[in-house]
Amino acid sequence: MSLLRIDSLGVRYGEEVAVVNLSFSVDAGESVGLVGESGSGKTQTAMAILGLLPRNASVSGSIVFDGDELQGASEKQLDKIRAQRISIVFQDPMLALNPYLRIGDQISRVLIAHGMGNRQHAAARTLEMLKSVGLPDPGRQSQAYPHQLSGGMRQRAMIASALITEPDLLIADEPTTALDVTVQAQILDLLDAIRKNTALLLITHDLGIVAGRCERMLVLEKGNLIESGTTRALFQAPQQEHTKAMLAAAPRLAQSDLPASNSDEILVNVDGAAVSYVEPGHGQLHAVRDVDLQLKRGETLAIVGESGSGKSSLVRAILGLIPTRAGTVTYCGKKLPADARARAAKTRRDLQLVFQDPIGSLNPQMRVIDIIREPLHVHEKKLSRGDGKQRVEEMLREVGLGDGFLERFPHELSGGQAQRVAIARALILKPRVLVCDEAVAALDGSVREQILFLLRQIQQASGLSILFISHDLGVVRSIGHRVLVMYLGRMMELSSNTELFERPRHPYTRALIDAVPVPDPDRQRPPLPLGGEVPSILSPPSGCAFHPRCAYAISRCENTLPEKRVLGAVTVACHRAEELDL
Amino acid sequence: MISAKQVFKRARENNAVFYSASVLLAIALVAIITPLISVNEYLTTDFDRILHAPELAAMHLFGTDDLGRDLLVRTMMGIKVTMVVAIVASIVSLVIGVLYGAIAGYVGGRVDAVMMRIVDTLYALPFIFFVILLMVVFERNFLLIFVAIGAINWLDMARIVRGQTISLREREFVQAARLTGVSTWRIITRHIAPNLIGVVVVYVTLTIPQAILVESFLSFLGLGIQEPRTSLGALVSNGVNQLESAWWMLLIPGGLLAVILMCFNFLGDGLRDFFDARQSS
Repeated sequence: MSLLRIDSLGVRYGEEVAVVNLSFSVDAGESVGLVGESGSGKTQTAMAILGLLPRNASVSGSIVFDGDELQGASEKQLDKIRAQRISIVFQDPMLALNPYLRIGDQISRVLIAHGMGNRQHAAARTLEMLKSVGLPDPGRQSQAYPHQLSGGMRQRAMIASALITEPDLLIADEPTTALDVTVQAQILDLLDAIRKNTALLLITHDLGIVAGRCERMLVLEKGNLIESGTTRALFQAPQQEHTKAMLAAAPRLAQSDLPASNSDEILVNVDGAAVSYVEPGHGQLHAVRDVDLQLKRGETLAIVGESGSGKSSLVRAILGLIPTRAGTVTYCGKKLPADARARAAKTRRDLQLVFQDPIGSLNPQMRVIDIIREPLHVHEKKLSRGDGKQRVEEMLREVGLGDGFLERFPHELSGGQAQRVAIARALILKPRVLVCDEAVAALDGSVREQILFLLRQIQQASGLSILFISHDLGVVRSIGHRVLVMYLGRMMELSSNTELFERPRHPYTRALIDAVPVPDPDRQRPPLPLGGEVPSILSPPSGCAFHPRCAYAISRCENTLPEKRVLGAVTVACHRAEELDL
Repeated sequence: MISAKQVFKRARENNAVFYSASVLLAIALVAIITPLISVNEYLTTDFDRILHAPELAAMHLFGTDDLGRDLLVRTMMGIKVTMVVAIVASIVSLVIGVLYGAIAGYVGGRVDAVMMRIVDTLYALPFIFFVILLMVVFERNFLLIFVAIGAINWLDMARIVRGQTISLREREFVQAARLTGVSTWRIITRHIAPNLIGVVVVYVTLTIPQAILVESFLSFLGLGIQEPRTSLGALVSNGVNQLESAWWMLLIPGGLLAVILMCFNFLGDGLRDFFDARQSS
């Protein structure tokens, strides 16, 4: 008998349909992946199982858990099931944990609330649980408040809280989406290792996470279950177009069909750039230290790093949005003033930026035509209204949107469309450098591919140079001609695309590559690629910033800062770069 | 911007907005039309009927006051004056408050600090003292009431707008505009101000009743509208004096004042929901 059986489940919000006629089952101890893009109804399904849907949702069908019907069950009945027998881990542990309670207290409350032990017993059990989820020094950490823990540690605490009752089913809703890539692998491995007899329903948009971790998977599209089967079978022979498209869009590190760029003209040259902020109570925060880079005409330079690596600060300093503390930024051989206001109109229009959040970067009160036309209004004052409109129309077609979009407001656009509008706004002045700050991170797989394709197409046609910031090596593989790897404000490695992925020189680069979830169920997952988490930028480690997490660290790494070495076409900051074969 | 038709459609769906706006509009229309068709004038005294109770046959629907003046015409005049004072005072506070708050919030730093300390200082001035000072320095006149009320209300508005502006300033679309080289003035007028509309409209509808109350209070103290002209506040003040002999002098203008205040409050609450819905959709 299956543990959970869902039969023709439907979730509607008035006219809007979130889940249609969904049937599936989960057996005891099994791990099942529920996969779909945003809006496919995967979270709605999880919430329906737990009876956590908002009041205005109308639910139909049946959800049977271990013989009990949950659909339409009273709160009282559900309270006996929730947390005790079905637990959930949410995407963002910062939002899921109560900021006013100590970690230990809020985990032991779960036990006490369900009558599974008195205060003393619960506290002991909590410590035990925190230890088994790998929280270092659990005695001390259990006294910490959520904000005092790092993202990965918070998610570990959340998992401890979900599993402390030894439930029969654990629902993990995008448990690693809010975490850095190197931490993501750790958390997924932990989930695998710790759940024992608990069945797992893993909800994700990322096929790479499901591969090799779930026995079976279900693919949702717009609320419909379109395909299901064993993970291996689905990866080898997907039947539905949508599944095929999702698989095609998943990151693959194997090959890159990026057309070469062959210009040696250096547009932007950054030499020894440093950026720092004053953090109240902490003194100086050094976000970027001593970074050099060159951007050539027609090439894409990708900047990769986890949170706190300083990649965003670096490009904002190049753009002049924030001042540099040291170093120079030259554009076409001319030194740029540090402050954006002092930039000449010419350089300002030559360097344009595309943001991460496509909707948030468009003024909600302006129509698409006015949004794209605004740069013209500033820099080409003589342009007539008619000519301006024509330019906007041409630009819209170039980014793959029709004239029908001219009069729309941002909230009437999808994420992908909004990002195209943002790209159109950035390109209307025909800049020579486009900076993309995590420009595809908020987009679904297939949309992400389209935007990357568009950027490459525009680059081919116009010789545009792109500075592309990303935390995702899969994306970098398909767009960056050269790649700069950053960690805690310092550059670790600067290399060409092929060289970086085939022969990484820095242990951190190797760890990043290993951490990418590849959609291949047969891939032998490398053992835990990287321990620990990114330290706080406020107190960076001595010597090489990476040494506390590095498997190859020697005593020299602890004491002295590695200088930048040039090995052929690669620049790398590692004491052992020559001897290591990664 | 959304078209007028859409606004009407959305407003129709929102009961609070629709009914309170309709009632206000009806009261305003009646207040404008009644004096035109009435046989009585607001100044003329009916010596035969002093402190006369409401009676249709006597042509005094709302009765007369202690000087024998028709209370219907005077009440309508009071409504007009009260509404004009309220709306003009709100517009004054709107214009000053939005510009002041947006500039302080957007420019930030030292400018912001100085501008907001000025606001704090003005807050500290006792309002009545301020009004009496104005009355002493200048002649008593109608305009002064607008100035006095507007000068108080814009302080709140400036604070609210400043807070909103600071959060808008960090939004990516404002950064994008800055990076393109859009001028500060244009960023404030094109990017910041339009996104403040939701908050501002709601706040304005809530300051209108506040302005009405302040005007009534001033008139009650004898500092507001001067005889023979009148406002709802002044009428209520008169009514209190005659409470023992003529209930209608207090209850009729007082009741209307209450209805108008409630309508504006409902309108404000309704508009807040209205704009929230638009932002979340």
